[in-house]
Amino acid sequence: MSTIQPIAGQNEQHPDVALVERARAGDVSAYDELVRKYDRQVFRIAQHITQNREDAEDVMQDAFLKAYEKLDQFQGNSKFYTWLVRIAVNESLMRLRKRRTGRMVSIDEDIETEEGSVPRDLADWAPDPEQNYSQAELAEILRKTIQGLPRGFRIVFVLRDVEGLSTEETAETLGLSVPAVKSRLLRARLQLRERLTRYFRRKNGAKATGVEK
Amino acid sequence: MTCTEFIAMLDDLIDDSVSTRMRADLQEHLRGCEHCEVTLNTTRKTIEIYRSHEIYDLPPDLRERLHSAIMARCKKGC
Repeated sequence: MSTIQPIAGQNEQHPDVALVERARAGDVSAYDELVRKYDRQVFRIAQHITQNREDAEDVMQDAFLKAYEKLDQFQGNSKFYTWLVRIAVNESLMRLRKRRTGRMVSIDEDIETEEGSVPRDLADWAPDPEQNYSQAELAEILRKTIQGLPRGFRIVFVLRDVEGLSTEETAETLGLSVPAVKSRLLRARLQLRERLTRYFRRKNGAKATGVEK
Repeated sequence: MTCTEFIAMLDDLIDDSVSTRMRADLQEHLRGCEHCEVTLNTTRKTIEIYRSHEIYDLPPDLRERLHSAIMARCKKGC
């Protein structure tokens, strides 16, 4: 006789929910665990937005402290991680605002000027192009390239493609519509691809057929 | 299908959220368009390379220092 197996995913509680419950009840070690689980991601996101190491350190501390203070407000209908990311994004933007002595800073900055079509450099890349650079050189290329994107594109790419949020979660986190996230993601991916082509193009005499910016 | 139409569907193709019919149309375009094939492959590689390389590392000593500072304040009730 066959037994009825529970369907995976149904009524399955995310392990963070139990940690949040314990932390709310005053168990600091449970929060310690959450911090250790997500500190790298929060630091990375803060670095991507502020583009400044000291700011990212401050944002990381402020974001985790704010999340701890607000744990009672966490609804549990979204993932703790997504909720935390939203706090980290807001703290990063606030940090930028402080640095610019009160000037408004939003994720939409620089977007307006970037609505034109993305140029295409059509040169193919070398096979395993990253092998041509040391780890340090490659990290520098990747940093420089992504830093050149408008902030509104960069944040969408980082949350969606690097940190693995879904399109819907990215939209919710940034207060954008799903079509806006999709449009920015496409432009971010194409612009990064375009910029990386400068470093990764096939070298053996193949000529670019597109026009470089 | 034109190249512009192909590029508009590029993300859905990469994220594997296209219908069977659309996938066939996109593949049909790819067979005759080297430019779009290069764009697709190098865009995929762009995403992969950013996913697999840590460009903002959090060094262990800094991580511990920040962690201690956070937890010290949490224990005091922030």
